[in-house]
Amino acid sequence: MADTTANGPVLAADGTPLKQSLARSLRRQKMRALMLIAPLLVFVLLSFIFPIASMLFRSVENGIVQDTLPETVAALQQWDEQSGELPDEEVYAAFIRDMIIAVDNKEHTRLGSRLNYEETGMSSMFRRSGRAIGRLDPVEDAPFKEALIDIHDGWGEVGTWQTIKTHAVPLTNGYFLNAVDMQRTVDGAQAQPESKQILITLFGRTLQMSLIITGACILLGYPIAWLLANLRMRTANLLMILVLLPFWTSLLVRTSAWKVMLQQQGVINDTLVWLGLVDDAARLVIINNQIGTIIAMTHILLPFMILPMYSVMQTIPPSYTRAAKSLGATNWTAFWRVYFPQSVPGIGAGSILVFILAIGYYITPEIVGGTKGVFISNRIAYHISSSLNWGLAAALGTILLAAVLILYWAYDRIVGIDNVKLGG
Amino acid sequence: MKLTTLLMSATAMTVAGSAIAEEMTIVSWGGAYSNSQLKAYHEPYSEKTGVTIINDDSSAEAVAKLRAMNEAGNVTWDVVDVVAADAIRLCDEGLALEIDADTQLAAAPDGTPASEDFGDLIVSDCFIPQIVYSTTFGYRTDMVPDGVEPPSEICSVFDLETYPGKRALEKRPINNMEWALLCDGVAKEDVYDVLETEEGQDQALAKLDTIKGDVIWWSAGADTPQLLADGEIFMGSTYNGRLFSVIEEQNQPVAIMWDAQVFDLDGWIIPTGLSPEREARALDYIMFATDTQRLADQAKYISYGPARLSSAPLVGTHAELGIEMAPHMPTDPANAANTFLYNYEFWADYRDDIDAKFQAWLAQ
Repeated sequence: MADTTANGPVLAADGTPLKQSLARSLRRQKMRALMLIAPLLVFVLLSFIFPIASMLFRSVENGIVQDTLPETVAALQQWDEQSGELPDEEVYAAFIRDMIIAVDNKEHTRLGSRLNYEETGMSSMFRRSGRAIGRLDPVEDAPFKEALIDIHDGWGEVGTWQTIKTHAVPLTNGYFLNAVDMQRTVDGAQAQPESKQILITLFGRTLQMSLIITGACILLGYPIAWLLANLRMRTANLLMILVLLPFWTSLLVRTSAWKVMLQQQGVINDTLVWLGLVDDAARLVIINNQIGTIIAMTHILLPFMILPMYSVMQTIPPSYTRAAKSLGATNWTAFWRVYFPQSVPGIGAGSILVFILAIGYYITPEIVGGTKGVFISNRIAYHISSSLNWGLAAALGTILLAAVLILYWAYDRIVGIDNVKLGG
Repeated sequence: MKLTTLLMSATAMTVAGSAIAEEMTIVSWGGAYSNSQLKAYHEPYSEKTGVTIINDDSSAEAVAKLRAMNEAGNVTWDVVDVVAADAIRLCDEGLALEIDADTQLAAAPDGTPASEDFGDLIVSDCFIPQIVYSTTFGYRTDMVPDGVEPPSEICSVFDLETYPGKRALEKRPINNMEWALLCDGVAKEDVYDVLETEEGQDQALAKLDTIKGDVIWWSAGADTPQLLADGEIFMGSTYNGRLFSVIEEQNQPVAIMWDAQVFDLDGWIIPTGLSPEREARALDYIMFATDTQRLADQAKYISYGPARLSSAPLVGTHAELGIEMAPHMPTDPANAANTFLYNYEFWADYRDDIDAKFQAWLAQ
């Protein structure tokens, strides 16, 4: 117990002020709590935050040009890229010195691939020139300008050197410009030629279709969740298994099953033709387009909508609706004014879950989406695994992440994130 | 490190009594293809050396995964099966080991050095060719209109009047652009010169536009066989081995139109960054698995042509179906009357550029 003096601070048993003693013991508790979660924190940091951050950093990282051609980049500073004239011998000589080292380390082809993202043809130019340059002597074989142009015409084009100089910055906005259908050029940021503009369309389509899918999930999931929450336990459990069953089936299997169902010679069309509802010559096209993607993804994401809705609805006491009805409300009023507002947190949680999952989908759209039902993630997958343009993939991913965060923020402002409940 | 290895091998010796248990991971495409490699290469190699071979069906993502492994400094694959275009990319990125064909690959039985036996098929310093496959068209014989000859030349793909019905084409510009130009009056030897220009690319897309409404675009090799089997399409492009299994193994009413088939190569690479022992073992495996007999053996299980000249005469009958394999090879003279060779250098340069245009065109 604390001793109290007339007007001094309250003291603890050991004579220190109580406030201080309390703070110390609280701090100790906090430290202990922190120690308990430390393994998790370190794990999340190392396996989640750090890899994501380093992946996102690739969207601006561009050290490769300067690291591979340090002397050339320095020499190019003196060259006026707008002059329309080729750089002078000094640049060519520096380039040869850089390249001899790069060829030795087998780094020139990597640089060629990098520059090929910006200027088509660079890849083979570096690969083909590599061998010939590797045989040159940096002192005896001078001058190099003519010799290099002999090796490949491309070195005699102003555009080549403009590309090298434009992309010789260690941190670049080039990938982000590419991600919004623009490009980094000598004259600053320019729009891509119209025939190559595709990414903004895909961003728009991804957001729009994800919203439609979320809406479809709400419409289909709400009645089911209501049933689950209001039926007798045994029947509800049976229904619950039906909801969870798709969860235990592989995503690919479910998507391929939709193909069998929806294609023109598929189950649905066959049935409709058999019933005489659709003419054999005019079978419905419900796959390999947006409709196919929406149907398949709604089916796959439905459990993510139903489960949060269900857990919220379970906590709504049935007495509230009964009370409303006993006070004279119609069935509709009782539902709309009393039951529905209490179930909104479940809709919110389900919608966020479904929308964020939908935005990142790419296997399902790839299989059933045809040409008009593919998402931006399909392009990200292409750049990660086929073109190896990880910078562009990272920029696209960063923009997608930013879009989700902005939508999340907007949701918080409009509905309030405290209103989201994942369970009781 | 050394001590652990020593201890481990000591333990292994006491347990196994003799040889040290060794393992290597080989990456391939899965399915019937991996199975053919298992029978023709892996099993005999394991028998000969006692090395346990672990299969990993990751070839479709091999380029990205190898880059990630390399950056992490932990390459877990020993030998990887990739298409030639990917081998070139991996070689450019410094992710694949350069191979000297004459010293590191087996010579033909008559003493011809490997570099001559493989010939032009060594399209990259890092690439060890294994098979020649082709992308070609299959069509349903029961959907050919009455009184019309079955399609026998590439331009019937673009002829919706004579051959009505849906087509399946791969969702990428490669091959499709070439076929479109060929059927738009461009001579075979000029195709890539035309395709280098903006106008040439527009010309190819304009030709593809004429059938765009009747095309289902595929991205997985299994798509076209499934679409053909279900009668969803009349004709579609796919790999010749897939068509072989639709026709001979599943007995579907499907036939192959070999005209303007595009030859492509598949083969091995060895990743860079392996420890010296693993690298030596990988090289030893490659030396064994790409010799003349082994390549010919693979053709017993799948209808892809061996990449060595000296293997061709040794191709026999299918191990299970018992049919003669030679007439099913894309390289058979009867099938190879008019062929097209994938231009690796062109596509290494233009792939990203034309792909962006192609995707934008698809989305229109």
